[in-house]
Amino acid sequence: MNNEKEIIARRVAMEIEDGNVVNLGIGLPEMVANYIPDTIDVEFQAENGILGMGGTCKAGEENKDVINAGFKYVQVKKGAMFFDSATSFAIIRGGHVDVTVLGVLEIDETGTFASHKIPGKKVPGMGGAMDLVMGAKKVIVATTHTKKDGGKKIIKKVSLPITAVSKVDLIITELAVIRVTEQGLVLEEINENTTIEKVQERTEPKLIISKNLKVMFSE
Amino acid sequence: MKEKLITKKELKKLFHDNMTMMIGGFASVGTPEVLIDAIVESGVKGLTVISNDSTHPEQGLWKLISKEGVVAKLIASHIGMNPLTGTKMNEGTLPVELIPQGSLAEKIRAGGAGLGGILTQTGLGTEVEEEKERITVDGVEFLLEKPLRADIALIRGSIVDKKGNIMYKGTTQNFNPLMAMAADLVIVEAEDLVEVGAIEPENVRTPGILVNYIVRSECHE
Repeated sequence: MNNEKEIIARRVAMEIEDGNVVNLGIGLPEMVANYIPDTIDVEFQAENGILGMGGTCKAGEENKDVINAGFKYVQVKKGAMFFDSATSFAIIRGGHVDVTVLGVLEIDETGTFASHKIPGKKVPGMGGAMDLVMGAKKVIVATTHTKKDGGKKIIKKVSLPITAVSKVDLIITELAVIRVTEQGLVLEEINENTTIEKVQERTEPKLIISKNLKVMFSE
Repeated sequence: MKEKLITKKELKKLFHDNMTMMIGGFASVGTPEVLIDAIVESGVKGLTVISNDSTHPEQGLWKLISKEGVVAKLIASHIGMNPLTGTKMNEGTLPVELIPQGSLAEKIRAGGAGLGGILTQTGLGTEVEEEKERITVDGVEFLLEKPLRADIALIRGSIVDKKGNIMYKGTTQNFNPLMAMAADLVIVEAEDLVEVGAIEPENVRTPGILVNYIVRSECHE
């Protein structure tokens, strides 16, 4: 398990409990579904209008009318339901989604983050992200610890246009599990191949080290 | 019963320059591709288009955005899968108003439901809040999102009867039933056109009273 995205997806999957309603963002968060054990029952919601979403379709098995919010053809499980976008976001905003997982461009020590726009460069738009973080009971950020160029993503103050203010509960990277608290960012777990000092070097805000600091996947 | 079925050619007379158009669909699912082709062929310019996303290259809204002057303004929640939209936005040739997807859905619903707007916490403290009013209800702050309406809504139905009753398959619903309520003129592209009574009443998702015209999805003239 050397691939950093696999490490992140696998660790995020451990946060998901039996019976949870879960919405996974486009990209890395989608991989989390691959690491949910068969022993637990999870109801995946896709904001374009599915509860009970299954895995992505193999070539040749696609139903042209059924995609997920990441524009991929997906299967649905028995007992699934389709609905319109207003119902979908009533489910999301109304607090009926237990966990949402999404990526970020930048995040600060209060859980304020940016994910929808790099002005003048990349402008994907917020899609459903702003509603999801507002409504989901637990918001998990799944991201590589630093940017591709090595620059810091976990910083003191977000410089890009803000996607949501203070809405994140947990940040999971290939190096660490960090909880967002009123006191600041608490380092709860670190990858066995790194050290507290190395994680701090790659993180701008001063990390509070949990008294119960653990190695990731040690349980 | 009024005949609602028209051809693509008749449809073009309904399009005018500078109209506001809602176009249903999420990516290219539930997107009225034949109606979009008709817009391009009609040669109308200066449209304000309201749609969830700008699809991917070669499909859906891309066909409008890639033509010079057809779209004057785009209102959407996500444009990341169609690089052309972002390029034109950054060049300053296509103004894009980005609205959170759930707020976009509710603004359209409000427009069709006779509501003066909706209150949401989505977008508080972000650029979405600019020029919008904050309203406090029982000590909790919300953003006022005003209703959206359009001159025309172009939607797509999986099964449509000749009265215009619509059933949607899979994830093709998305914004279609909402837009059907929120425009002065509603045109549905019917993937499958059936006789009245062929859709069980409990499967009708958009009532025919909202639909002015029907165009078959295999209609090429």
